[in-house]
Formats: sequence, structure tokens, C-alpha cells
Amino acid sequence: MHAPRREGRRVRIPGDSNVSQSASAETPHIVVEDLHFRRGRKPIFDGLSLEVPRGRVTTVMGPSGSGKTTLLRLIGGQLRPDAGRILVDGEEIGRLSTRRLYAVRKRMGLLFQTGALLTDLSVFENVAFPLREHTELPEDILRTLVLMKLEAVGLRAARDMDPAELSGGMARRVALARALALDPELIMYDEPFTGLDPITMGQIVTLIRRTNHSLGLTSVLVSHDVNEAMSISDHVVLIAEGRAVDAGPPDALQARASDWSAQFLEGRPDGPVPFHYPGASYQDDLLDAGGRNHD
Amino acid sequence: MIDAIASVGRFSLDALAVLGRASMFLLRIFAALDAVVRRFGLTVWQVYSVGVRSVLIVVVAGLFVGMVLAYQGYITLVDFGAAEALGGVVALSLVRELGPVVTALLFAGRAGSALTAELGLMKTTEQLSAMEMMAVNPYRRVFAPRFVAGFLSMPLLAAMFSAVGVMGGYIVGVGLLGVDSGAYFSQMQAVTDWNEDVMSGVIKSIVFGFVVSWIAVFQGMDATPTSEGISRATTQTVVVSSLAVLGLDFILTGLMFGGN
Repeated sequence: MHAPRREGRRVRIPGDSNVSQSASAETPHIVVEDLHFRRGRKPIFDGLSLEVPRGRVTTVMGPSGSGKTTLLRLIGGQLRPDAGRILVDGEEIGRLSTRRLYAVRKRMGLLFQTGALLTDLSVFENVAFPLREHTELPEDILRTLVLMKLEAVGLRAARDMDPAELSGGMARRVALARALALDPELIMYDEPFTGLDPITMGQIVTLIRRTNHSLGLTSVLVSHDVNEAMSISDHVVLIAEGRAVDAGPPDALQARASDWSAQFLEGRPDGPVPFHYPGASYQDDLLDAGGRNHD
Repeated sequence: MIDAIASVGRFSLDALAVLGRASMFLLRIFAALDAVVRRFGLTVWQVYSVGVRSVLIVVVAGLFVGMVLAYQGYITLVDFGAAEALGGVVALSLVRELGPVVTALLFAGRAGSALTAELGLMKTTEQLSAMEMMAVNPYRRVFAPRFVAGFLSMPLLAAMFSAVGVMGGYIVGVGLLGVDSGAYFSQMQAVTDWNEDVMSGVIKSIVFGFVVSWIAVFQGMDATPTSEGISRATTQTVVVSSLAVLGLDFILTGLMFGGN
């Protein structure tokens, strides 16, 4: 099912010499232990624990506002946990020095929902950006590498376009090529299917699966598009109210789904997550003719 | 009454918090200055973006300010039979005050607002976050080159403003009002002291360049990542920079000329 780990194919980057030498296919790539995180007074995670298996596609799903994007930023070290640990390749992200954190980030890619392309650079230069920043490759080799990455996402012919000329789907494909430029071991996708037409969505789904399969990456998606996410995932984690409520392979998850999981996976409008926002009963509100509750 | 005191306290705390964040931001830029030296091309491009693209507005403004100065100076001086001193009046006004101050105000409006809007938009569209995730430090790649470019450009623009202003004064004073050409420049040379006048203007323009660039880059980095947030940050850059320039001009003038 999984491609063998790549050997000797990564671009050599200064500062990543001790990359996961002890990592084996059995050890999880990411471990989140008892994670607590709040924004202001609002708790986002309240004891979240999960594991991301190495070399597989893992999807973290949950309702809007459940902290999926925040989780990616915590894994990437852009946010620090209030409590708990996040281990990537055995390194505790929250405790790394800036220099070490940047070295770890060279081994991971994050595909932002909007693509986050640098608007003053062309498509080619966007993909070349991490290579120019972290390597001193000759221009002809750099050009070849960039064209290979763009060919992989089907946009080699669009290399001279500006980001403003790209559709949403094309921007995400360019961003994927850029995220793959340094041959990372881990790639994270933030809501990769949101706002795409069916053709573009099919292209992105294929790219995620093919990229994971052919390069042997660990892929982490956060999404609430159940059908697409389930179709390409090896492992699914459902989160709600700051915790992981269920986890496992898609088939097993659907077979043993709890009430909450079944409501989410089947898109039922009412259930453990009620249709009506909790409050006074409808009858009480209607009989409350004087509007006393609004004083 | 209590509410008024509370709001004053809240405002003070917010202002201190902004000052603290701005100071930390400046320290991080200082820590990234080695990248500016190592990759000077990035800074040169920003000098073009914030400096060269501001030349037109600075030159045109300098020309008109010099011409107006010559008119106003002539009207006053001619009553005392001292019209020949026009060159000195124009030059001193420009190099001591108007050159650095008006250039800084124009710089804040043209380049400062553009810097803030650009950085605010980069933040809103997650370009800065994307750089961080690509292990590229935005302080080294984005903020420091822009700050240094603004800091370097301001004194050069102020010098251009003063030089063009002197020529504007010449056009009106000599060309239209009939002041003697030799007297215009000889008076200028006689009354303008290099250390006391020219260098005081240069020091002012360096200080203004530092402050305006700091405010502009910080406001962009600190902007709320929404369209309204960018709009507010851009306005803040122009307002805070302008007030800072005028306030600092008063302090610097007092320090430089207060004892005379």
C-alpha cells in the first residue's frame, strides 16, 4: 500500500543532517499528547491526544471552529501549546529553539487554504523560492527541479504566470509544488477541498494521493469534506470540543461510529450536536410576550 | 468619573503594549541586520521601491516649496532693501527645516503607507506565515530590508528636496523677481554653515527616516489581518509618523539650536 521510503533523493539542505535517523516505519510521525491550547478565554484544545502514522494519509476532521487549522499551526510551531506535547519525528516542537525549529520546518510543508503564494513572484519563482533560500544550486539544476515539481502538479506551462492570474485550484497546485520543492517528509494540507469545482477537486484529490504514494510522504489533511477526505485517507481522526472523539481507518470508523461520529460523517442536521443553539425553550420564549429576557 | 479614569488607564495600557511590541520588533530587526549585508540585493530592490519611486513627488514638492519660499522671502526682504539675501533665506529654510520635515511627511504618505499596506496584505494572505513554514525568517527576508531601505532613502530624498528647492528659489528669485544671480549663490554660501546647518538637516532626516520606516514596517506587521485592519494600519502609519516627525523636529531643533 505504501511506497518504500525514498533514499538519497532529497535536496541536501544545510541544518537537516540528523533527520529522523532513528525513525522507522512503525513509529508515528507525529504524536500529540494531552494538548491544551486556548485563544483568549476560549479553549480550543482540552486534552487532545492523537497519533499520525508515518507514510500514510491522515485526515483530521471536525466541525467548523473545532481547531483543525490551529492544530496544523501548532504542529508547525507557529503557535505554542499551553500544556501538553507535540512530537514530530521525536522532537518536541514547543520546546525547540528558533534555529532548530527552522531546521525541522525544512522537512515539512504546509499547504495553506488560499495557497499563500508570494504575489510579487511568478509561478516559477514561487516554486524556486525555498530552493533559492536554502540551497546554492546552479541555475540550470534549479530550473530543472522547478519544472519537475510544476510538471508533477500539471502546471509546467503556467510557469510564467503571476499568482493573480491563477484560479483557486491552480494556486493550490502551485502551492503544492512549492511545498514539495525541498522534498519534505511531512506535508500538511489546510482545507484543501474548500471552494473547488468538481474537476479541480478531483485533481487535488488525485495529487494528494499520488504525491503521498509516489514520494512516501506522511500527509496530514484537515478537512470537513467527508466524502473526499474519507476516500483518500488511511487514517481518520475526528475531533470535537477540544478532544479526539474517534480515530481509525475510514471503514472501521464508519462501522463503529458513535452517535456523534455518525452525525458528522453522515451530515445529519440534528443529533448530539443539536440543530437549535441551546437556550430557553421555544414555548417559554413565545409566552414571554413582554420580552423580559431582553431587558 | 470612574469610567473616564478607567478609559484613560485602558488607553495607557494599550499604548504601552503597542510600544512594547514595537520595541521587540525593532530588536528583532536589529538581530536580522546581518542578512541585509549578506543579501544586499534585497535592500537595493527595496530602495528602488520605497526611495526611487518617491523621487517624483519629492522633487515636484521641493521645486514648489522653493519657489514659494522665494516669493515670500522676497516680499519681506525687499522692504528692508535686503533682497540680495534671498539665497541665504531660501537655503537655510530648506536645509535646516523644510527639507527634512516636508520630505519626511511626504515619505510617510507615499512610501510609509505603501510599506504598511504591502506588509499588511502579505500578513492577511498568509504569505508571511508561508515563509515561516518554509523555514524562511520574515525578519531577515522581508522586514529588515524594507526598514533599512527606508532608513537609507530618507536622507537622500531630503537632500534632493533641498537641492531642487534651492533651484526653485533661483527660478523665481533670479528669473522672475530680478535678484542678482551671483548674489543669490554668494549669500547662500556666506550664511550656510556646513556643520551647523547642513549637518543638522542631515541628522534630522536620518532620525525621521529611522522613525517613519520603523512605524511603517511595524504597523504592517502588527495589522489585523482583515481589509479593515490594513486600512486602519495604513492610516495609523501616516498619522503617527507625521506627528512623530513634527514632535521630533521640535525636540531636535531645541537640542541643536536651543543654546544659540
